[in-house]
Order: sequence, then structure tokens, then C-alpha cells
Amino acid sequence: MNFDDTPQEAVFRAEARAWIVANAPKQYEDELRASSLGRIALKNADILDVAKAWQKKKADAGWACLHWPKDYGGRGASPIERVIWQQEEGPFGKLSGLFIIGHGMCGPTMMAYASEEHKRQYLPPLASGEKVWCQLFSEPAGGSDVAGLRTRAEKRGDEWVINGQKIWTSGAHYSDYGILLTRTDPTVPKHKGLTMFFLDMKSPGVEVRPIKQASGHSDFNEVYFTDVVIPDSQRLGAVNDGWNVALTTLMNERMSIGAGVATGVPELFAFCSNLMLDDRPAIEDRNVRSKLAHWAVRASGLKYTSLRAISALSKGERPGPENSIGKLVAAPMIQDVAAYALDLQGAAGVLSGPEAELAGKFQAMLLRAPGTRVEGGTDEIMRNIIAERVLGLPGDVRVDKDVPFNQVPTKGRA
Amino acid sequence: MNFDFSDDQKQLRDQARKFLAEKCPPKAVRVVLDGNEPYDRALWKGFAEMGFLGVAIPEEYGGAGAGHLELCVIAEEVGRALAPVPFSSTVYLAAEALMLAGSDAQKQAWLPKIASGEAIGTLALFEGTGNPSPKAIKLEAVNGVLNGVKKPVADGAIADLIIVAARTASTGRDSDISLFLVDVKAGGIEAKALTNLDPTRGQAELTFTNCKAEPLGAAGEGWSIITEVLDRAAVLTAFEQVGGSDRALEMGRDYALDRIAFGRPIGSFQAVKHILADMYVSATLARSNCYYGAWALSTNAPELPEAAASARISATQAYQHCAKNNIQVHGGMGFTWEFDCHMYYRRANALALGLGSLSYWEDQLIDRMRKRNAA
Repeated sequence: MNFDDTPQEAVFRAEARAWIVANAPKQYEDELRASSLGRIALKNADILDVAKAWQKKKADAGWACLHWPKDYGGRGASPIERVIWQQEEGPFGKLSGLFIIGHGMCGPTMMAYASEEHKRQYLPPLASGEKVWCQLFSEPAGGSDVAGLRTRAEKRGDEWVINGQKIWTSGAHYSDYGILLTRTDPTVPKHKGLTMFFLDMKSPGVEVRPIKQASGHSDFNEVYFTDVVIPDSQRLGAVNDGWNVALTTLMNERMSIGAGVATGVPELFAFCSNLMLDDRPAIEDRNVRSKLAHWAVRASGLKYTSLRAISALSKGERPGPENSIGKLVAAPMIQDVAAYALDLQGAAGVLSGPEAELAGKFQAMLLRAPGTRVEGGTDEIMRNIIAERVLGLPGDVRVDKDVPFNQVPTKGRA
Repeated sequence: MNFDFSDDQKQLRDQARKFLAEKCPPKAVRVVLDGNEPYDRALWKGFAEMGFLGVAIPEEYGGAGAGHLELCVIAEEVGRALAPVPFSSTVYLAAEALMLAGSDAQKQAWLPKIASGEAIGTLALFEGTGNPSPKAIKLEAVNGVLNGVKKPVADGAIADLIIVAARTASTGRDSDISLFLVDVKAGGIEAKALTNLDPTRGQAELTFTNCKAEPLGAAGEGWSIITEVLDRAAVLTAFEQVGGSDRALEMGRDYALDRIAFGRPIGSFQAVKHILADMYVSATLARSNCYYGAWALSTNAPELPEAAASARISATQAYQHCAKNNIQVHGGMGFTWEFDCHMYYRRANALALGLGSLSYWEDQLIDRMRKRNAA
């Protein structure tokens, strides 16, 4: 049990720190530091431009996608070096949020299933942020039941023709490429008739429509496919083996663990230290202290749980389903923390513009949080994963498991 | 950076688990629970023989000198097995206080006896309702003579060595408090065993009447020593709590797999699965906070006070959560005397109070976080 750097880790840290100090876009540091869930945007610059420029700079100097192999634009760094980098990158790390799906999920899936030629062609510009990727899995009828998707891919010679619709696609509006899960055989049970591809988002027949969310922002999209053509060489994995490919993608989502999951706790702590309540700082109030302590230990518990996972990773263990705990704890916590921060403000908590406390940061958090509890698997799905795959409890009853997909009922009430 | 116990430490944990599975099955715990014995004497002897009591005590004082990480892994197993022995009062409180503040002569006199299982120790701090605070201490020490009443004192009725927090001044400052070491054999103490929530760990009222005591640590330093002892004990107790949480979770999981209702194992119902998943979450968060606390304790890091409070709060919540939901998963059976669930429920709720309640530690945590943020 040791929290101190080894000599090699200390050298890596010093090198990373020196490079970040010399190269980070410091003009945005304060704004990035103040930003939190729901409002990572810059006042005087396009966040995407700033993020791409920072990512490119990192890539040129060998600091991009640290854990990826060097051949594909990474650094071949150890999991602990990744943590050290995250610690040193601090608020500038928030800029990587725009690439998280590409780097955390699409890239590793390409690495596992694309041809060597494609890997060398597509991965380095993904690592350097020059090309942005999205993941086209969810559908309107699917939700948590991802394998229930209906977007069709039909073979025509050496090509596939895609028709259908995806939804909740993060970043599709600024993505260059995507990985796409389709149905290639509706006559077999749902998990058995899926196939994965990657495609150019500028292909004819792809239409991206941003969705306005409850928060008023548009981070997600609907994506429509009308006779979109994908060459067979862009298939990832075998025909009808798409579910296994998708599982690799989802498994890699857990690999993107880090020590920096957002909880809202540091923000609430700082807020309570400054807010005056009955003529004294709110943090001196007994009830406030109790709430703060309750959330603080959950946040620190999460942080050290990540570090335990990383220790296991560095010993060669695979990240397991137990890492689902991060989102399950953090997402509802952010929602509660934000609501509490508003509660402390009394009637003024309703204000959300520039005149609000911290310019409406907690209000923005409150409106974004419901999405965080749903995206990438709902709280309920996360609990099922823990119950079934960590604790070994029986799986849910799945009445459509052995039924050909085209015979699965589509409406609850006829 | 490595956030895990070493292979040797894990081996020690396995060894302790095996030993306790054999020597401390639930029926052994029940002998004490049913009031037939104040503690399990044979098990206590076994603890001494296995070297559990002196694991963190330096070799020059008769211990193994292994360290606190080793003590943490044993504490976890003690909690998991509900060991009905005065382990926490003797090892986390008395021995830690001696190691922190004792003179060489005091250490020579008592630590070997603790390590060998010959002496049971405790800390007499509380005087009725309320959390740890210098103001709450009324028991007076005048020229090394103690007069007053302490309650509850963990394992107070069976202790040979009692470390007493006493008032030596009334200035309203922390320096009003000094610590004293009392050898029970010297007399002047009347002990009364008190009925309590968890009879597998005894509680007593101790009345000190002209009781002769020797100072432990410098005069006026008592409160800072107590704070440090409580922090150290908080980490160690948190490991007991995590051990108990894990066991309660396992019991609930096993029952949910075995018990059939409506034609299915009840563990296949989402409502039950989600209860168990939430138990896993709280136990895991607590364990991770405990590991950080263990590191801080074993290296005497400046982070110890904050890490100890986090471990304490998190483990208290986790054990209470797991113990009560283990009963819920067991349904009516869980509520019977015959099933073991209530033994964990009792222990969880008793451990939640012994070093000061949750609200006390919440207060401590926030003060410590503020101090760090201000620094």
C-alpha cells in the first residue's frame, strides 16, 4: 500500500508537469476550472477548436492517448502513468471530454477488429483529435435493450446498404467517423443477427439532427440512414457477430476509468465555505456539515476505488464489471448535490442566469444530471450488472432470448 | 503507487480467516451473546498464540513488529467473524495509547502482557450521553488520584489495564485533560457490567473512588493524545466494519440464491438484486476509504486525520446499510433469533457508536477538510 510515486513515476510526473506548464492553453484555465457538468463551454472561443488544438499539440509531443500503442498514435504508457497525467493535466483534461467516445471506445474497437491497414490509416488522426469519432448504438425503440436495434444492413455485392435511425448519439454533429451496430439477420434471436461497421459520417444518406435536451443544450443527436453505402472492408468482426464486437466496445468503456470522475462535491464544498447562512458560513451549520460529509466520503470512496482498479490493472488484471460502480454512484450524487446547492440558496436558487450564485453552475448541473444517470446504461442497468456479474445473482428473465427478432412483440398493449 | 495489500499481507488475511472460521463459528459467538461468558477466553488465547494481539507492537515490547497494515487485515477478519473478544478495546485503544504516549517503563510493563493475551486493556473516555469532547469529562484527577464515573467503557468489566481521561484543570481549554494509566489490581475501581445492544462486546460503568493512577503522557496533553488514538482506532474499527459489511452482503447474496419464491430464486427479482447491488456499492466505497486510511495510518502521514474520518464515516454507513438490508433480504427469517443476521445488525450499530457517533465524525471530517483547503 503506497501512495507515493516510485522513482520512475516521479520522473514521468516531472516531465509531464513541465510539458503541461509550457504548452497548455492557459488563457482558458480559469474558465475550465470553473466549468462543471452541464456547462463546459468557453465564452470567447469554440470549445471544439480549443480542444482539437490542445489534443494535436499533445499528440505531436507524444502525450496523446497515453495507453495506446505508439504505432497507432499513443505512447504505450502504463495505467498509473495515465493517472499521473490526469492529475497533472488538471482542468485542461476537461477538453478531452469531446474525444472520450472516440478514444475510449471507438479506437479500442478498431484496434481489436480493423485491418492493420485501416488501423494505421484511421487511428493516429483519431488520437491527435484531428478526426472525431462517435458511436452509433442506441435506437429509439432500444434504450437499455441495445440488442433490440432495428437499423438494417443489407449486403449488395461488396457493399452494405444501411437504412434506419439511431438516437442519443453524442457528438455526431461534429464527428468525422462512427462505429455502427446494425441488424443483418432479423430471423434469428436478437443478439445473433447483428453486425458492426465503421463509416464516414459524411457519406451520402447520413443525416444528423441535434436533439435539444432538457438542459437546453444539444450534445446528442438523432442520426438517420437512407440507403447509406458502406464497403464490406469496413466491417468490424464477422457478419452476425456484432454483439461480441459491441461487448468489446462496452468493456473498453470501463477501461476509460480514471481518478477524476465528476461528483459535484468539490464544487459544493467550496460553495458552502463561501455562502453565508444565518450570518455565518453555511459550512458551520450542522445539517450542512452532515450532508457534505456524507457526499465527501462517497466521492473519496470512488476516487480510491478507481485507484484500486488501476493498481489491479497495472498488475495485468482486466477491468471487471465492478467498475460499473463509478457511474452508478457519481451520477445520482451529482443530481442530489446540485439540488442541495439550490436548496441552500432559498428562493434565489431558482435563478439560473449570470446573476445567480456562481452564474447558475448548479442549476446547469441539475438540468444535465438526469442524462448522466441514463447515458451509457441507466442506474438500474448498472445495478443489474453488479448484481449479476459481480455478485453472481441470476439474470433477469428475458422472454425474447430465443425468439427470432422479427417475431418479438413491439407493443406492450395491442 | 500501489493501492493494494501485499501478497504477504493477503496471506496473513487468509490465515486469519481460516483460523476464525474454525475457532469462531456463529455458535461460539452465541455463547457470549446468550450471556454465558463475558468473552470467548479460548479464542482470546488463540489470538495471542496466532500473534494477532501483538502484530503492530514492536518486537522490543514483545510484539511481532509487523505494523499497522497487518493489523488492518486482521481487524477485517475479526469483524467478519464477529469475534466476541476484547480486541478493539485492548489493541486499538489501550495498546495504541501506550505506544503513542507511554514511557518506556509503561510500555515494558504492559505491551508484552497485551501481546501475550495476559492483559485486557481499554480506554475510559465517555461519561454518559454525548460525543467525545474535553468539556464532557468531569472525572477529576488530583495529585494522581481519580474520582468520578465513566460509562460506557468498552470491556470495562474485564479489563486489567484502564487508560482514563481525566480533568486536571478547568480553564475551558483542551489542556484541561490529562491521561492516566490504572492497574485494576491496585483497587479503587468498582465495575458494573451494563446491558447493551451487542452483548458480544461488553460495556461497563466504572466508578473511581480515590483510585491511584500514574500519568500517561505529559500533563495537559490528554486531549491531543485521545484525538490521535481515536483516529487510529477509527481506521482499525473501520476495517472491522468492512469485514462485517462483506459478510452481511455474502449472507444476503447466498440466501437470495437459495430461497425460492414465486417459482424463482428471490435473487432473480430486480428489487432484491438492487438491494444487494447497493450493499456491494456501500461496502466497496468503504473498503476503498479504508485502504487510504490504512496507508495513512501505517506511514503516519499528515493525511491521517482526514483519512481516518472518511474511513470511519464510510464504514459506519456501509455496515449499518449492509446489516439492515441483509435482514430485509432474509425476510421474516432474518428477524428471528435463530438466524445470524441480528448478530451483524447488533455489531454494526454498536460499532457505529463506540468511538463517537456518525455526527461526531462528520464534524471532524468537515473541520479537517476545511483545514486542508485553507492550507
